Order: sequence, then C-alpha cells, then structure tokens
Amino acid sequence: MSAANQTDLRADIIAIRDEFPILHQQVNGNPLIYFDNAASNQKPLSVIKALSHYYQHDHANIHRGIHTLAERATEGYEESRKIAADFLNAAEAEEIIFTKGTTEGINLVAATYGRKFLSPGDEIIITNMEHHSNIVPWQLLCEEKGLHLKVMPLRENGEVKWEEFDSMLTEKTKIVSVVHASNSLGTINPVQEICRKAHQAGAIVVVDGAQATSHLELDVQALNCDFYALSSHKMYGPTGVGILYGKRKWLEKMPPYQGGGEMIKEVTLEKTTYSDIPHKFEAGTPNIADVVAFKEAIRFINRVGKTTIKKHEDSLTSYAHQKLNDIGGLRIIGNAPEKVGVVSFTVDQLHHFDLGVMLDAKGIAVRTGHHCTQPLMECYGLEGTVRASFAVYNTTEEIDRLVEALGIIVDKLRN
Amino acid sequence: MSSIRGIQDEIIDEFSMLDGDLDMCVEYLIELGKKLDPLSKQYQTEDNIVKGCQSKVWLVAGQEDGLVNYQADSNTMITKGLVSMLIRVLSGQTADDILNADLYFINKIGMNRFIGTQRSNGLAAMIKQMKLYALAFMAKEQKNESS
Repeated sequence: MSAANQTDLRADIIAIRDEFPILHQQVNGNPLIYFDNAASNQKPLSVIKALSHYYQHDHANIHRGIHTLAERATEGYEESRKIAADFLNAAEAEEIIFTKGTTEGINLVAATYGRKFLSPGDEIIITNMEHHSNIVPWQLLCEEKGLHLKVMPLRENGEVKWEEFDSMLTEKTKIVSVVHASNSLGTINPVQEICRKAHQAGAIVVVDGAQATSHLELDVQALNCDFYALSSHKMYGPTGVGILYGKRKWLEKMPPYQGGGEMIKEVTLEKTTYSDIPHKFEAGTPNIADVVAFKEAIRFINRVGKTTIKKHEDSLTSYAHQKLNDIGGLRIIGNAPEKVGVVSFTVDQLHHFDLGVMLDAKGIAVRTGHHCTQPLMECYGLEGTVRASFAVYNTTEEIDRLVEALGIIVDKLRN
Repeated sequence: MSSIRGIQDEIIDEFSMLDGDLDMCVEYLIELGKKLDPLSKQYQTEDNIVKGCQSKVWLVAGQEDGLVNYQADSNTMITKGLVSMLIRVLSGQTADDILNADLYFINKIGMNRFIGTQRSNGLAAMIKQMKLYALAFMAKEQKNESS
C-alpha cells in the first residue's frame, strides 16, 4: 500500500472510531482496547440511535395492526428484511427468516429439515473446528433419529483436511454443516467448493456464518449454500437478532419450528393452516426494535465497504502475527493462509486465565478459555487459549499496546 | 487462632495499602498464591475438583481437635491467590464458625471489581464447597455425640 493510501486508511479508521462511543473510555485506569470482537462487536451511533428512535417514535406491534404506528413499525421491520436480503444477495426477501441468532438458526434447521428429511442410518458431516452451536443441535438430532455424525479432521495449521471430504461423503450423507470462519482459529473454509461437492453427493449444506458476516464478502447464491445462519451482534448490530437464510424450495417444505401467532393463516380447534415463508418461521411477537435497528448495522458495513474492512483487518491480523511471534514461548494457534481477524495463542507454562485477567487490569479486553469449541481445543491438547479478535475500528497502535503489555505480564509471571 | 473477622480485617488492611491500583492488587494476589503450600499430586483428582471455576481448583478438607483444615491448589496463579486467602480466613476454625462466616472481605478488597461474574461464580463455588465440608464435619460431630 502506498504511504498516501495508508494515511487515508488511517484517517478513515479514526473517523470510524468516532462513531463508536463505547471505545472512548478508560478501563481500570487505562484506555479501553477492545479485542473481543469475535464474542460480540461494538455498535455505531447510527444503530444505537435507530433503536432509541424506534421506541421514541415508531413502536407498535407489527403485521396485524391497522393504525399508523403499526404500519410504521411493520415497514421498519420488513425494510430490514429487504436490506438483509440484498446484503446476502438472497434471491428474494422471503428467504430471510429473523431469528434470535446463529444458534437458533441452526437449531431451526436441525429441528425441522433434519426431522422431516433424515432417516435412521443417515449421516451428517461437520468439522472438528465447529462452535458448540454447530455441534450440539446435530448431536441431539442424531440421538433422536439414529443418525451418524462424522467429523472432518484438521491440520496442525488450523485448516480442515478437505482432501478427505470426498471419501467422507457417501450416499447416506444428507447434511454437511460447516463454519464459514472459525471463531477460535480464524480459518476461512472454502464454502463454495464444499457446497459443490456436497450437492454432487446429494447432501445439503448449512453454513454457520457468525464470524464471517462482518469480515467477508457474502453472496449466498454464488456460494449456493442451502442455509446460512448469522448473528446481528457479531456484525455491529444489536443482540438478540439473527438471520437464517434458506432456499425457498426447502423453507416451503419444512414444517414450522414454533407454533403460535403470526405464523398461521387460520386456526380452528380441529386444524390450523400456516403462513407462507418467511412468517411461517417467525412465531410470536419478534424482537422488532432490534430488527429495525439491525439495518443500520448493515448500512454501516456497506458504507465502510467490505473491501476496506478486509484490507484493514488483514493488515491488523498479519501485524499481530508478526509481533506476537516475537514473544518468547508464545505460540499462535491457527495459522491458515486464509483467516479472518482472530488470533488465538498460548504462552508456555502460563495459564490463559492469568494472562487474560492481567491484560484486563491494563484495560485490554480479550477472551480466554475454550471459546465454545471444546472438541477443537482437545484436538490441540489445550484447555484454552487467549484470543484477540479484531474489528474495523481496531488499530495497529492497539496491537502494539497488547504486545507491550504481554511482554511485561509474561516477565512478571515467569519471575 | 484469630477469629474469622479478625483475619478478614487483616487482609482488608493489607490491600488498602495498594491504594486500589488494580495492577498491584493482581500482583499481590499472585504473590500470595506463590506462598500457598502445593497440594500433593495424590489429592489432585476429579473428586476434589471444585466445579464452576474457569481454572482448575482442587480442595480437600480434614478435621482435627474440632477444627477444620483446608488444603487447596489451582493451575492458575491468580486463583491460587484467591484460594490462599480463603484458606487463611477459614482454615483452623470450627465448623460452626465457618458455616456462619460472612465473607465481607471479598467485596472490601475489590475482588468483585476485576473478577467478573464468571470468575465470581468460581469463587462462590469454592466458598460453597468449603462450607459444605464444614457442614459434613458438623453433622459427623453431632452423630458421634449422640451415639
């Protein structure tokens, strides 16, 4: 990058940081450095204001009311659906189901598609790097229906051994469920290729996109995945909202997930008929305000631009790798050539808990432990790691402070 | 042996000299942990693990001359420090005093400030386990007295 471009990007990032009021505070007497973005990232003012505006001006229950506020609230909610559909390049807005988050999305697919289309002896393939939310729903389904769960192994560098995928796929494989980007390792999986091979074998593909949506270009039609689950709070949006994208042909055939209001056409005591998609899968009053505010998160990402986001975060990640590798006894876990901004590490003879607490005492927020990927940790023979994960508002100066703090802490703990 | 209250007040005094500086509090905690007698490997078993801690804590208890004694260890330095303070406060006391102990020193030294809810749960689990041991010893005592 030229010096002029670097200066421009730096100025852009400073301007972006100003949109996030939470970043400008002291924690334990030090300026906050927020490196826990894989757990949840922070919200720009536009999202915060949209939430407040909704409750101050537009709130009413949606879809059924005939009065003005009900119409405004409904419009705000459905506009978020359209914007989300464009963001994912879904063929139509009806393929966007609003959920509580990625976990609910995957559970929905397991409970409805899984129960209806899988039979005893069928197989589900996941990888050894999955988050528990992309393991447990499948384990529950396997137990209920007598299915087999097969797990793709990993290489030392944190990539999946995809060369073994062909031999793992059989005519019994019905679902392949993979994480797009690993929350513990940062590894980006080749979803498009996975979909191509899985479809050839007659299986559908479910993608856990929680860690990908704020970092990577997304086009569900180009990926050709059957389902894609994501969380708003991991892409600068409010908590309690997520999206399950599903191809219309599947969503129409799937039975409802939860029963209640909104998802019905007609209810009698003898029989009930259900709404068309997407409302069939949105029972009860949803998290309206946060769905309405969610569109501002998408607008924020579109305004900054995925290209800028990726360029900046890639430079942070490689800078972090370079600087952290200089610390004696530090080992980075997850060195795949294609990564999102997640850097997990261990330090010889020092426990991640101690490192994390001492970093917190210096105002640096990282995550410690197994990151809800216990099978992955077992694979590496670890109890846990320290994880620094980046967002577009992080800077190389913050990484310098992390490295400096770690150097001091490691010295202190070793002596 | 000082009372539970007396020992807690000593600890509060020691921490007050650190002026609320979090870095120094954590370092002091680690120093305290280093002084904790290591627990023999034979006691570092699944049965002795205190559940609910982010880090591993092993806790064993015994009773002698009517007083409860604890030994503990952890695989993290900060938790060792927390454990050493709890042992300092509760070890060598009667089961009855342990059961009725109000452990106000934890808040007073600001441990809740840098120990978030998860970590507090670990601390709470340790205290609960120590009190459970005291309860068990008390029940045993009462049984012996009545037989």
